[in-house]
Amino acid sequence: MSDLRQLYEEVILDHNRNPRNFHKKPGGTNRHAHGFNPLCGDEFTINLEVEDGVIKDAGFEGAGCAISTASASLMTEALIGKTEAQARALFEDMHALLTTNVDASEVGKLRVLAGVREYPARVKCATLAWHTMQAALRNEDKTVSTE
Amino acid sequence: MSMRRESVIETPMPPLDVARVRADFPALHQEVHGRPLAYLDNAATTQKPFTVIDAVERYYRRDNANVHRGVHTLSQRATADYEGAREKARVFLNAHSSREIVFVRGATEAINLVAQSFGRANIGRGDEILITEMEHHSNIVPWQLLSGQLGATLRVAPINDAGEVVLEDYEKLLSPRTRLVGIAHCSNALGSINPVKRMTRLAHDAGAVVLVDGAQAAPHFAVDVQALDCDFYVLSGHKMYGPTGIGVLYGKEALLEAMPPYQGGGEMIKYVSFDKTVYNDLPYKFEAGTPHIAGVIGLGAAIDYLTGLGLDAIADYERELLHYATVMLSGIPGLRLIGCARDKASILSFTLAGVHPHDIGTIFDHQGVAIRTGHHCAMPVMQRYGVPATARASLAFYNTSEEVDALAAAIHEAKEVFG
Repeated sequence: MSDLRQLYEEVILDHNRNPRNFHKKPGGTNRHAHGFNPLCGDEFTINLEVEDGVIKDAGFEGAGCAISTASASLMTEALIGKTEAQARALFEDMHALLTTNVDASEVGKLRVLAGVREYPARVKCATLAWHTMQAALRNEDKTVSTE
Repeated sequence: MSMRRESVIETPMPPLDVARVRADFPALHQEVHGRPLAYLDNAATTQKPFTVIDAVERYYRRDNANVHRGVHTLSQRATADYEGAREKARVFLNAHSSREIVFVRGATEAINLVAQSFGRANIGRGDEILITEMEHHSNIVPWQLLSGQLGATLRVAPINDAGEVVLEDYEKLLSPRTRLVGIAHCSNALGSINPVKRMTRLAHDAGAVVLVDGAQAAPHFAVDVQALDCDFYVLSGHKMYGPTGIGVLYGKEALLEAMPPYQGGGEMIKYVSFDKTVYNDLPYKFEAGTPHIAGVIGLGAAIDYLTGLGLDAIADYERELLHYATVMLSGIPGLRLIGCARDKASILSFTLAGVHPHDIGTIFDHQGVAIRTGHHCAMPVMQRYGVPATARASLAFYNTSEEVDALAAAIHEAKEVFG
């Protein structure tokens, strides 16, 4: 039970119940990408409004498990106001946080997702939104998968 | 020498002694996350009894040789065991002849074989192939591929909310254009058991050939292909306590005889020159290359094991366990059972309000409860019920009511975590 709580932190459960920036496509969306893990069925579209290299607004649509939903929700919160370069750096930090024991100090509140690395089968859930965001920044058409 | 006569009066099978049965399966006796394992993912694959593991090991340790080739002792032993398993499979399915038993990689390969060999030779542009809405992807995609290749049309008989094929619609979809019907004997996602005997008769009346996917049926109850009168029946070894990578295609002899080979190579030929090749007799015509000998021998041991317990004793025990599990789960608020067919095998698909199936899977694993979460290779079934995925507990004769209690406790745990 105690270690399960490290995965299902209160913040994660909250973002799963009430995802932020959900069902949201900012009016000025000019970057978006589609992420889909066919084995899981987790599926998200990440929508970004980027102006002068700064992410002015972010939202996501779709459906998935608690981990993938909370990760997408927390990510959109973190992205708003960041430059593209900062967003890419955050992706790298999150990737390290979720897949290795490197605990980058820059991730802040996103550290609640660190418990996922103890659950190798669920890492793909947590990383889906992030890889999709990266594809959105590059304006890639191809559907992203982390399976 | 006196003829040994079969006993006329059959000894009734004793009811299943689950404690004794469990002792036969080494993998069941372990802890996961500090809890005793409750392995409830049997529709994905079953655990193997010692007899199967030993049979495979004995072949590799002692009898390893190619079959149907050498005159040396090891080759003779291997061939005897390999062909002995074919006879076991024949008896298991009550096929008329062992020439009707073809060893393949699994149910998937068996269906692809029928699609590409029988289908290409007998189905044409404008013809129709009829399947049901509850099929596994393995009984959908080969027919889609074939339809695309031939310009045929794939039709789908719908299921009702309980997860049963709507027979009136099925009957209406049968027409003189229907060349082949593909039906699951038992649905892997819903547990529904289809009335395949009746569906076969209706299909035959329309002039269609019938393939029954028995991958989920054979581990649960006795199958008699002659009584069903189906034209093809397919099995997967690993879903019936045998090794992975081995399965059976049963086909009526006259149909198999008329079908062109599926793959070319050694074993499937009688004579080869650059001008002309004469194909081998049944069933070897469909067994190109060195087969999965160890797998076949292991499958034979699995059939012996199932027959030893008695398929009726297995079905009786699993029916009771399914009833117990259904009662336990039905009472849990927020739990929706998906698949409530009147005739059902011990498979329980469900969703839990507010908890995604993958989160259920992780929480259950912490309780030592192994289940499958996802679309179960039956995406159209998920679409039918408007869910992206389900959690599925699939019970075998070695599962106990205590393990069902552990399942119920894990569901309560998931509800607690998600508040």
